[in-house]
Amino acid sequence: MADIDIIDAEKCFGSNRVIRKLNLQIAHGEFVVLLGPSGCGKTTTLRAIAGLEELDSGEIRIGGRRVDTLPASERDIAFVFQLYSLYPHLSAFENIAFPLRASNVPDKVVREKVKAVAKVLRIEHMLNKKPSALAGGDMQRVTIGRALVRRPKAMLMDEPIGALDAKLREQMRTELRRLHVENDSTTVYVTHDQVEAMSMADRIAIMNDGVLQQVGSPTEVYERPANLFVAQFVGSPIMNVLDCSIEAGESGANVRFKGMDSAFMFGAEVQRRVAASGSDVALGVRPEAVLVEPTRQPGYLPVDVHLIEPQGAYDVLDLRVGEAILRARTESQLVNQPHETVWIKLDETRTHFFDKKSGLVLRAQS
Amino acid sequence: MARLSLRNLCKTYGEVAALRDMSLDIHDREFFVLLGPTGAGKTTTLRCIAGLEKPESGEIRIGDDIVNGWSAAQRDVALVFQQYSLYPNYTVRENLEFPLKSKLRRTPAEEIARRVQKAAETVRIQHLLDRRTDRLSGGEMQRVSIGRAIVREPRLFLMDEPLSNLDAKLRELLRSELKELQARLGATLIFVTHDQVEAMTMGDRIGVLCDGQLVQVGTPYEVYNFPRNTFVASFVGTPAINLFDAAIDGEELIVVKDTFQFALDSAGRSRLNGSAAKRAKVRVGVRPEHVKLVPNGGIEGTVYGAENHGVEMIVTISIAEHFIRATVPPTVPITLNQAVRIGFVQDKLHFFDADSTENLTHA
Repeated sequence: MADIDIIDAEKCFGSNRVIRKLNLQIAHGEFVVLLGPSGCGKTTTLRAIAGLEELDSGEIRIGGRRVDTLPASERDIAFVFQLYSLYPHLSAFENIAFPLRASNVPDKVVREKVKAVAKVLRIEHMLNKKPSALAGGDMQRVTIGRALVRRPKAMLMDEPIGALDAKLREQMRTELRRLHVENDSTTVYVTHDQVEAMSMADRIAIMNDGVLQQVGSPTEVYERPANLFVAQFVGSPIMNVLDCSIEAGESGANVRFKGMDSAFMFGAEVQRRVAASGSDVALGVRPEAVLVEPTRQPGYLPVDVHLIEPQGAYDVLDLRVGEAILRARTESQLVNQPHETVWIKLDETRTHFFDKKSGLVLRAQS
Repeated sequence: MARLSLRNLCKTYGEVAALRDMSLDIHDREFFVLLGPTGAGKTTTLRCIAGLEKPESGEIRIGDDIVNGWSAAQRDVALVFQQYSLYPNYTVRENLEFPLKSKLRRTPAEEIARRVQKAAETVRIQHLLDRRTDRLSGGEMQRVSIGRAIVREPRLFLMDEPLSNLDAKLRELLRSELKELQARLGATLIFVTHDQVEAMTMGDRIGVLCDGQLVQVGTPYEVYNFPRNTFVASFVGTPAINLFDAAIDGEELIVVKDTFQFALDSAGRSRLNGSAAKRAKVRVGVRPEHVKLVPNGGIEGTVYGAENHGVEMIVTISIAEHFIRATVPPTVPITLNQAVRIGFVQDKLHFFDADSTENLTHA
């Protein structure tokens, strides 16, 4: 079993604390993505699991066994980097076979294993080629094949497809996810690309400044972000985050952005939620939770369309609401011209309120 | 600002034809995007307009002037590149002043100060004016580059992938900013990119380039919904359009190379544009949002991959050796290797000529 436990991990480079009290449990068979901007500590965490980096304090356990005191070679894990680290003088076949040859596996078994991995990666027809004759995507497949061929306890990947072009990246996401499932392996995957994280992970661990911000399934981090950082790091187009004021209204809470005369109506609970924080509050709402109607509807407010950004399958509208710009995702061609008026409402169940000082989400009180 | 017209432009580099008989009219105050893969000729076109390259033949007209014989400086166009190309030891203010201090222009000092101030406000960098440019973030540097183009009040703005070096969030922000800015200035802007999302979200019109030729010119809506050929269809849109080779049996049955088949309804038949009888072989295109999971009937397949994107899910379905992508709501329960049935929204199907790749539906 290759469950991975990271317990109170700390790491400094000089005065820079790159990992701060990190606790993360990864179950056997899980695909966990460490997601964050550059410098957030995700790669250092991965390298610490691999044994390429020593922790200042804390523990790492793989399959229940403490490994942070063991050298990398005794941890039984495979590491795939962004840059293809292939042996240029060996064929693709021998590159993949290399870890098996190194541990004196009989030739017949090597052939079987390499062929099996190559089939999954769809590189059977290029096994005789040298790396210099391969395209970027194929080289990376060979690198992954070499990592997989040993059937390690855990696969660690550091932005393995970051250097590939967009189409190939899309394809490789699906392939890597399948490989993970078919091999019943534990995978820890580092990226700064939230699309990769959302589309491949069982769970995403979001880091910023060395601090773990939230761990959860793609659905959880997308629909219930723990704080402003997560809310705005995950999702595209970006979640709208706007300063707002909240007052008691006739039948609930009146929510206004700066410069608004009329107000969005929310349930009275919103006011209690916000009052509990005692700080200024920001409202967060994803573009698809801004409901847009081309004609007047009860409970909807009229607003001016500032810009239309077509995306093909859908449009993103920049709406002028008071002094703020609110972005909404609508069906294609709902609005044909800028400066038309549309009617909008915020979907209350998908609207978040954040404490501006701490950045933390204010959860509904039931 | 000015309109721009290119007539029969040709340019070769050695053996390679970079532009082949390219003609294009860009309106005054238009945000025009040249979109295409690497090597399509986008940057060459831009450099010909700027006067940094000389075409072998053809005419370039800015406003009412034929400018082929004019130097880059005389053409009065402003270029913004992917690399910020700012003077690192200068302040932001000095960088903005620089183009106005050229001997060619002889702009008075008060006028320079006024324009710099106005440009700085326009791109929201007033607070950075006295900072050295090597102390700026990528987004700030690109704003300064755009500001430096604005102070000149040129007849045309030419931008070559100015957002490509920025991270995803900043790119998204600057896309709206740039489009808003162009509309406010009433500027004629030609924007080069290989990123179809940038093209779709910013362009009033898009010109899609392939191998030195303009394949299609149209609004984002037109290019997405009425692609002229399979190249445009697959270059624009993400996830990419599904394309597969098929034969037409009678007028009603589409047969995909021994793997699956489906009956055409009247909507689907009308998309064939009456050409079914004449064309036994076609290439079928269907966008992922027009592939639907159906409870029964339809085409049988297996879930090969499922990606949660929060707002929606992208499911890859394998049917024999074909992979079909579908966009479905995130609430649909999907597991790997699950058996599913799919159908197509037939009034959104595209049929392309198997040989010429031209769109038959919108011929």
